[in-house]
Formats: sequence, C-alpha cells, structure tokens
Amino acid sequence: MTGPIAQEMRQLLQQAFAPSALDISNDSASHRGHIGDDGTDESHFTVTIASAAFTGKSRLERQRMVNRALGDIPGQRVHALAIRAIAPGE
Amino acid sequence: MSETNARIQSIVETHDVVLFMKGTPLFPQCGFSSRAVAILEHLGVDFQSVDVLQDMEIRSGIKSFSDWPTIPQLYVKGEFIGGSDIMTEMFEDGELEQLMAEKQVARAD
Repeated sequence: MTGPIAQEMRQLLQQAFAPSALDISNDSASHRGHIGDDGTDESHFTVTIASAAFTGKSRLERQRMVNRALGDIPGQRVHALAIRAIAPGE
Repeated sequence: MSETNARIQSIVETHDVVLFMKGTPLFPQCGFSSRAVAILEHLGVDFQSVDVLQDMEIRSGIKSFSDWPTIPQLYVKGEFIGGSDIMTEMFEDGELEQLMAEKQVARAD
C-alpha cells in the first residue's frame, strides 16, 4: 500500500522532472526501531528516477534537484531518502 | 555570515576531510553515518568527525550551509562532496579514492 508521503513525492517528482521511469520504494519496515523510525511506516525511502533533466548534471546537482523538488520532505518529514537519479542512456 | 556558519567554515577549512555524522566513528547512531565512516576507514584517510547529535547549532546549521537536507555530509579540503549515496557511488566507482589522491589529503596513521 502506498502511504501519503510516497504519493506526495510521486506527484512532486512527476511535476518537476516528467520522468521516463520513477520508482519509490518504502524501506521503512527494514529500519523499524532504528533511530529515525517515527512510527509512520514512511521514514525510509529509495527513489529511482530517470529523466532527461539529469543529462549533463553531476551526482551532486542531480541530488540537489531532487531534494529541492521534494521541499521539506527529505531530512524532515522523511528520515532517510536514498536517491538514484539517472539520465537516459545511462 | 552567522556565528554557526563561521564555525562550520572554520571546521571544514581546518581539516582535510570532515564528516558531519550522527554519533561517532566508534558508535555511529545511524546506518548511513556508519556506512560513511566505513568508506573513509577503508580508504585509509585521516578524517575529522563532527557528531551533530551533540551540537544542535551545527545540526541545523550544516543543512543550510551545504544546502543539503540530510546527514551524513562529507567535506574534502573545504569542498562539499555529498551525502552517503554519493559517497557510496563514488567509492564503488573508484572516484572517491581518486579524489582523495588528487586533493592530497592526509593519510590515517
């Protein structure tokens, strides 16, 4: 089942990057009881996103772009967000 | 520049390699910080760790200083490199080792 934060992230990322592929996987269950587990079951995610917007951008720039698009979600509403941002052809 | 920014600036300028993390290298308090420490130890570089859990000013200040929302954060010679995803990817590609060599950072004893 997709939680509200995952849905919000999907919407924000689709708007910002028109991705050719987007996968948001919720890893919270494997971190239950760790620091950062806030009991919402939406504390740890991995986002894999493919978009032409990342072409020619460094790793750092890509992560900054994704973090910016997600506003206050990374680090505040979600403890851990792993990001794999890929450009077409990679 | 705020006092906290000045403190952070001085930390990243004083040490070749700085890891802002949760906990200490011996007792990391988060899996991502733990992974970052493991990478730096594997590379054999001398690094300064800063436990953000012990310093609320730095904990919130580092996020705006780096324009990066999460911990850990790695600095090499005053330059922000990234968080644990970027460290892991660069390490796996051999780029992190290359960067440390290029920047001529101090080795761990």
